[in-house]
Amino acid sequence: MNNLELIKIASQIRRDIVRMVSNVSSGHPGGSLGCADFLTLLYFDLMKHNPKSFEMTGSEEDIFYLSNGHISPVWYSVLARAGYFPINELSSFRKISSRLQGHPSTDKGLPGIRMASGSLGQGLSVGIGNAQVKKLNGDKQLVYTLHGDGELQEGQIWEAAMYAAFHKVDNLIATIDFNGRQIDGDVDDVMSLGDLKLKWQAFGWEVLVMNGHDYENMKDTLSQAKELTGNGKPIVILMKTEMGMGVDFMMGTHKWHGVAPNPEQLQSALSQLEETLGDF
Amino acid sequence: MKEIQVYGQKDTRSGFGEGLAELARKNQKVVGLCADLTGSLKMNAFKDQNPERFFQVGIAEANMIGIAAGMAVAGMIPYTGTFANFSTGRVYDQIRQSVAYSKKNVKICASHAGLTLGEDGATHQILEDIGMMRMLPNMTVIVPADFNQTKAATIAIAEHEGPVYLRFGRPVMPVFTDSNAPFQIGKAEVLNEGVDVTIIACGHLVWKSIEAAQELSKKGISVDLINMHTIKPLDEKAILDSVEKTSCVVTAEEHMMNGGLGDAVAQVLSRKKPCPHEYVAVNDSFGESGKPMELMKKYGIDTLDIVAAVNKVISRK
Repeated sequence: MNNLELIKIASQIRRDIVRMVSNVSSGHPGGSLGCADFLTLLYFDLMKHNPKSFEMTGSEEDIFYLSNGHISPVWYSVLARAGYFPINELSSFRKISSRLQGHPSTDKGLPGIRMASGSLGQGLSVGIGNAQVKKLNGDKQLVYTLHGDGELQEGQIWEAAMYAAFHKVDNLIATIDFNGRQIDGDVDDVMSLGDLKLKWQAFGWEVLVMNGHDYENMKDTLSQAKELTGNGKPIVILMKTEMGMGVDFMMGTHKWHGVAPNPEQLQSALSQLEETLGDF
Repeated sequence: MKEIQVYGQKDTRSGFGEGLAELARKNQKVVGLCADLTGSLKMNAFKDQNPERFFQVGIAEANMIGIAAGMAVAGMIPYTGTFANFSTGRVYDQIRQSVAYSKKNVKICASHAGLTLGEDGATHQILEDIGMMRMLPNMTVIVPADFNQTKAATIAIAEHEGPVYLRFGRPVMPVFTDSNAPFQIGKAEVLNEGVDVTIIACGHLVWKSIEAAQELSKKGISVDLINMHTIKPLDEKAILDSVEKTSCVVTAEEHMMNGGLGDAVAQVLSRKKPCPHEYVAVNDSFGESGKPMELMKKYGIDTLDIVAAVNKVISRK
């Protein structure tokens, strides 16, 4: 898919995100907006997947796990826009009896979701397990995971990082949403991650860096990442993003991590985001 | 008292090891994960026979649970192995989110449960695990009584789609269940029929309860003895049918009084058939180093404690 089409889809997804969280006055718009371009690229261009006939095992498909489950709005919007479930279901986000739980869940059978996430640090292990079964079964498709940078403060991430390198889980591409912000402030102020590139390299991973808002750069980097698969090392991409990307007053701060815009703020946000595919 | 045949002396963890190896020969979807305790969990036969399906995770239990959950998504039946302490308390949140809430077909196999782990002491002697696991929605909780039953349960749980917590232990104990007996999840086993008192036990305390019932029968007290190998789902009918005859209950378990088998039984009794009930369990205390049987005696979960509880509960009728 060409970049212009992807940009149009992402604009609609950003509209969905701010409308969903504003609708229920809760949810996490900041990171969702920041990852809108990456998830659009994954689901509309990169991954081999079957939105119309979702199967839990996902054999012979590329698999995606959202480990930082609080950015569920962007995932739900992308899944709906890709055809996993009706677009108008986005209006049920965080409401009673909805399949679109505050954090992603398999509990109510929402197509496209294979694992609950929200309690941080667990998705890399899950992705590794899935990737190892793919290898066991001779399934050539890949497993993708997404993590917040703040999430890397969880110890389980590093248990998983050590394991994946030792066991040569080389059919896995993990991406870090490297926006430098978390709820309490800048990551460097809350709990610095140090030299993240060196850390992953020291754990035995191939490390790539990309700009999560530049489609050409993302396509090149992900293509390089795919070429690196099968070489005995897991791959991680440090994806530079801007929390709140696309809405001027949500950018440059950590404050919109988990705060929903009020009706006036929503109107301001929507005025900055083109409606390209029709609102839900 | 019905005669209970003893087939030998073995540890329940070896039942797990044998069961897993046998199961894996028939079921190619079974994978095994272990956190640096392959020998202690008796997983070596499985590992040697299925090197491509065995995954050493090192001392990283949280990661092990997550990997198992991911393998289950992809259609495998993962069996994780480590001590009960590291299988539950250490990884409760991983089990809660990635296994129980997500309904993944992971079998959490936990050895060295309870006081009978022995000399390693309280850091390793978990007495809260049954409580933690039975509180989780979607979780099945199984505590087999001896070697044969642990082996049978290990094989049977592969046919159950969903999360299972399988708890077993370290000490060598009498083997008294039939090696050919099929294991049925949620179906209690009546070991002796009696009219004076119901004893409901699980794990190593089933044998202790048999000894207690034999002692009591010498004094003319007949015991309805139930091996409650499945704590969840609990066989309520077996409890109520028995209490209909005896009108009093003693529960016996190698677990904290809070949250274990006794509390599960008490919930049934309080709602459906209130009657005197005494607990044989550890009373809000950590364990300590010592020999398994010394610890059972010191912490009040030995044969004579069951006898005393029976006398007390009958006096309350």
